[in-house]
Amino acid sequence: MSTQAVHPSNWRKRISEGWEAIARRRWLMPVILAIGFLLSFLIPQFNLINPYIQLIVMYIGINIILTTSLNLINGYMGEFSVGHAGFMAVGAYISALLTMNVIPTNLSVMLFPVTVILGGIGAALIGLLVAIPSFKTRGDYLAIVTLAFNMIVKSVIENIDAFGGPRGIPGIDKLTTLPWVFFWTVLAVWMIRNFVYSNYGRGVLSIREDEIASDLMSVNTRQVKMLAFMISSFFAGVAGALFAHLLQFISPRVFDILKSTDILIMVYLGGIGSIAGSVLGATIFTILLEVLRPLGYFRFVLMPLLLIFLMLYRPQGILGLREFRWFIPGYELLASKIWRQKKEAPDAPAG
Amino acid sequence: MLLQAKGVTHYFGGLCAVSDFNLDLEEGELVGVIGPNGAGKTTVFNLITGVYKATKGSILLENIELVGKRSNQITSMGIARTFQNIRLFRELSVLDNVRIAAFNQVHYNPIEALFHLGRFSKEEQRNIGSALDLLAVFKMEDYADETSKNLPYGLQRRLEIARAMATRPKVLLLDEPAAGINPNEIVKLMEFIQWIRKEFALTIILIEHQMRLVMTICERIKVLDFGATIAEGVPTEIQKNPKVLEAYLGEGGDL
Repeated sequence: MSTQAVHPSNWRKRISEGWEAIARRRWLMPVILAIGFLLSFLIPQFNLINPYIQLIVMYIGINIILTTSLNLINGYMGEFSVGHAGFMAVGAYISALLTMNVIPTNLSVMLFPVTVILGGIGAALIGLLVAIPSFKTRGDYLAIVTLAFNMIVKSVIENIDAFGGPRGIPGIDKLTTLPWVFFWTVLAVWMIRNFVYSNYGRGVLSIREDEIASDLMSVNTRQVKMLAFMISSFFAGVAGALFAHLLQFISPRVFDILKSTDILIMVYLGGIGSIAGSVLGATIFTILLEVLRPLGYFRFVLMPLLLIFLMLYRPQGILGLREFRWFIPGYELLASKIWRQKKEAPDAPAG
Repeated sequence: MLLQAKGVTHYFGGLCAVSDFNLDLEEGELVGVIGPNGAGKTTVFNLITGVYKATKGSILLENIELVGKRSNQITSMGIARTFQNIRLFRELSVLDNVRIAAFNQVHYNPIEALFHLGRFSKEEQRNIGSALDLLAVFKMEDYADETSKNLPYGLQRRLEIARAMATRPKVLLLDEPAAGINPNEIVKLMEFIQWIRKEFALTIILIEHQMRLVMTICERIKVLDFGATIAEGVPTEIQKNPKVLEAYLGEGGDL
């Protein structure tokens, strides 16, 4: 037997050093994003990877948007929304109907961003409606409100013929492309991160920690809740719009409670209260679902099992309440250091 | 008159928690509220800060009615408080705890927050700076990045007061600041309360069970029992008041 076996703590040290080296190089982030954006144009243009994988990548992007936006409510604000697919449905239907019925066909490609934004705005307005009960109730009770909301959206769509009724809307133009998904994913993650690391975002966190204390420390919890719900549902609507124009077919059944559950799984898998966790959770879940496809029905046994074990051994998720440093604004990381330097050298010129 | 309560009465269902509570608080005063457990002391604080809405009566801060306003509005108008059982934002850093309490002093709109544009950077830098300055006043700047639940008990109490001060109050309501502090540290706490009072030109209402603390630092004391005010006056009067002695010790007791 070899006596030269590497001690496990050495490996751990080496990994953590490597990780530290990556985390310190924050400038890599814009570089990676720029390369990613360029690739998102080149890949479909020259068919660099096969279309099936391209499709998966687009689903990953859409799921990242959904997960990050739900994490704002469930992770950062500490509520338990189970109706995220409802907001997604609003965005999907508004944008699909706009593309099909309102916007002239020759302009639909050019106006696609507008369609997506309008879908998001529609969802945000509905989100405002859900924010109002959240003033009075929280926890389990609010969860039931969101559940009911999801069901209402579904049955409203089912019963209105102009929306396609239970048969749905087939034959939507395929306007969702890799660059658009990339753009919206980056925008969603960036804006939600910005919000979380702002005064309002800290208000959101304080609601999670202790709502009464938060109110008593001058946080306008009503305003903060309305903003959080609106932003969260806006991006759910955006994701819905992208989804509708990718799948090219939507029906009420696509946006039922099971879809909401999928998003919940991604949030709790990646980790609550963490942007990096949301990105990771959405990616792992989407890939796993595809990789396990050969298992057929068993994957719907395996995934929930995975979730059960996750909740038993790591209930906060992979990155629960922790954040990868790239997602934390620089001034936050250095806040106390900068302040101390200023104190020690008050005469030094600022900057 | 800074803070005035007139005939404040509050019922929980059929139970009268506070009845006909009156208070005239001049600027700079330090008033103590004492009473046996369940006398309604904390309820008075909850009524002043808008956690409960008074069933009857009115509470005025600089002649503006507080009854019916939401807690965050009342706090913004200049009333801050601490809690009997510490209620920090436990998972957040010490710095964040203080910054959150400055919520209404940060001036940028949601659009600027979403894009980190406009006034955002300037306001954030200013807020971080003033939060750290405040922590330095409380000698806690070295703990700025610490998660607040990891602080020792005494520091958590101090952080709670620092956080209350970040709202820039005129009136500070202290709910049993000596709870869980050992008797030897009471003197330190008394000095601390006197010090923040001077440092921030505060008016303070203090709920406390520690008689030594209340009798030493309060200028005036109100005694509650079963929601009713049974005595009011300077500490020496209170110590001799037969009603107070009865409420605390039963008939024939001596404080």
